[in-house]
Amino acid sequence: MPVEVRLFATFREGRFKEKQMEFPQASSLADLLEHLQIAETEARILLVNGTAVSAEHKLAPHDVVSIFPPMAGG
Amino acid sequence: MSGYCGKILRINLDTGEINKEDLDLELAKKFIGGRGLGTYFLSEQIDPAIEPLDRANKIIFATGPLTGSQAPTASRYMVVTKSPLSGTVASSNSGGFWGAELKHAGYDLIIVEGKSEKPCYIYINDNTVEIRDAENYWGKLVWETTDLLAAEAADPKARILTIGPAGEKMSLLACIMNDKYRAAGRSGVGAVMGSKNLKAIVVRGTGKTEPAKADQTKEILKGIRKEIQENDVTAKGLPTYGTAVLVNVINESGIYPTNNFQRSYFETADLTSGETLAEKYLVKNVACYRCPIACGRRSRLDGIETEGPEYETIWAYGANCGVDDLPAIIRANNWCNEYGLDTISTGATIACAMELYEKGIIKPDEINGPALKFGSAEAIVEWTRKMGAGEGFGAKLANGSYQLGQEYGAPELSMSVKKLEMPAYDPRGVQGHGLQYATSNRGGCHVRGYMIAPEILGIPEKLDRFSLDGKALWVKAFQDLTAVIDSLGLCLFTSFALTADDYKDMFNAIVGEDWTTEALLEAGDRIWNLERIFNLKAGVGPEEDKLPSRLLNDPIPDGPSKGHVHRLPDLLPKYYQERGWTEEGIPAEAKLAQLGIT
Repeated sequence: MPVEVRLFATFREGRFKEKQMEFPQASSLADLLEHLQIAETEARILLVNGTAVSAEHKLAPHDVVSIFPPMAGG
Repeated sequence: MSGYCGKILRINLDTGEINKEDLDLELAKKFIGGRGLGTYFLSEQIDPAIEPLDRANKIIFATGPLTGSQAPTASRYMVVTKSPLSGTVASSNSGGFWGAELKHAGYDLIIVEGKSEKPCYIYINDNTVEIRDAENYWGKLVWETTDLLAAEAADPKARILTIGPAGEKMSLLACIMNDKYRAAGRSGVGAVMGSKNLKAIVVRGTGKTEPAKADQTKEILKGIRKEIQENDVTAKGLPTYGTAVLVNVINESGIYPTNNFQRSYFETADLTSGETLAEKYLVKNVACYRCPIACGRRSRLDGIETEGPEYETIWAYGANCGVDDLPAIIRANNWCNEYGLDTISTGATIACAMELYEKGIIKPDEINGPALKFGSAEAIVEWTRKMGAGEGFGAKLANGSYQLGQEYGAPELSMSVKKLEMPAYDPRGVQGHGLQYATSNRGGCHVRGYMIAPEILGIPEKLDRFSLDGKALWVKAFQDLTAVIDSLGLCLFTSFALTADDYKDMFNAIVGEDWTTEALLEAGDRIWNLERIFNLKAGVGPEEDKLPSRLLNDPIPDGPSKGHVHRLPDLLPKYYQERGWTEEGIPAEAKLAQLGIT
């Protein structure tokens, strides 16, 4: 199934900013992170279509996934 | 010694009198210092109902007991006065080096009274304190003023605080700049200096403060530094990308106000993100006094090295004005720093003007400048310059979005709370943060209780941002802890790594007390209530605990937070209850008795 993946901050280094990717049905975010070689503990903020979810979240076709390392500011 | 210098410097610009008074240390501890102690003296020494730009207003520069100490980020000082923008208590915070230098000169606070007949500045070199002529500096921009005053001081270690032309002209958006690039930005505090004909304060201090418990302090601070240096946010996220790292996460969450809060998602936000800033314009990181985080950005554009822009600035001029041109944002930021304008309120006021213009309420023939259209990079730069210079229609904009909206019969288009423009988070998608905006004692402000931390960033734990459950208590807890940190003289960014217990340990070791964490947080509660009482006496009551009608009635039209409004009417009664206030939002007698204030 097609999924749009967006990476931010240090996760872009050696990877990409934004990419259309294919994953098997019933894949989870944990599967996606493993594929990208991003440790779950480093992926502090996981958004699917703008909603915060955990790594166990099951992906659906055409989801937009945004992955962030720990960050803050203001 | 105990973290405090034990001295107040009182300067009367009416008479030229300079007095060094003893600070009652028991009183100081009750309100901690900085924001708390400054608010206490302001409340005691002025009638809160006065006109803020009248000579009867006072302006207080207040350090905390940890300012200038060995504690990490011990740079912060607070400007406390009555705000000419909001009519509330103003406490505007800044870092850099000036606050620590004041402490090293031997003063906890400066209280400036009255009004000088002519432009003047205050010169402090340890025990030497003088009121000097500033005719030659009046009208000059911040960077030139800073360089000239440093040259006159003939001491490279002298630290300079100054207003720019915006403060001189008493723009209600005027800030106070120190160390060239750091700002006590909000609430129009620069206009109060301007109203007193006070251009600048130069400080040089050669002393240092000593902690009450030296060995214990050394050990505790070692642990605190380790926590900051090992925390992913303070050791990696902030140093690598600065505060602008937030652009994408706030936008991807659909709470990034766009076109004056008409939308909350900006498709091209990444062009103005911290990642882009680091890639194209960053020269190096810069740090304030004793800061291991170094979130400051030294950036270069057009051959000019500057600092910033920070996240809130990028938003105010960027998405909120529909602009994705980062160089234009850097130029607008520079004009703010040079003229001494608050970047948040200035950008947000231009955004308000753009909506008024596009709705046909402001007419093209009355502005004599670039069309105020969303997306115009030219408009954000040139209108900022005109606002700073008080030129033409820019002079009207320079008094903020609330006055602008009122004048054009559309006050609902001012995205402000208590007349202070809200920063870079749409409350419709973060319920706790919206409650915090509505109840902040200085108006629309994100640094009175940064609920974005738990609601978006998962610090210290992740909360459901759309839920109301427990939010009133969370907001109160964040507001009280923030009041403590502001009053200690530390940077709020430490709270991404530290706990309330850590602040208690530092306070006890440096001040020489044995307080519980609960007692320290109660001091935060005391400070919050003191500010509330000031506002009530100033005529700014619970009726102003509100949000713009757009946020309560118009659902976010698109993006990841589509369909949501802010549910303030459901949250406010719970908040008053958590505060121990009456149903009407007035601090109850029993609460004030518990806190030891009236």
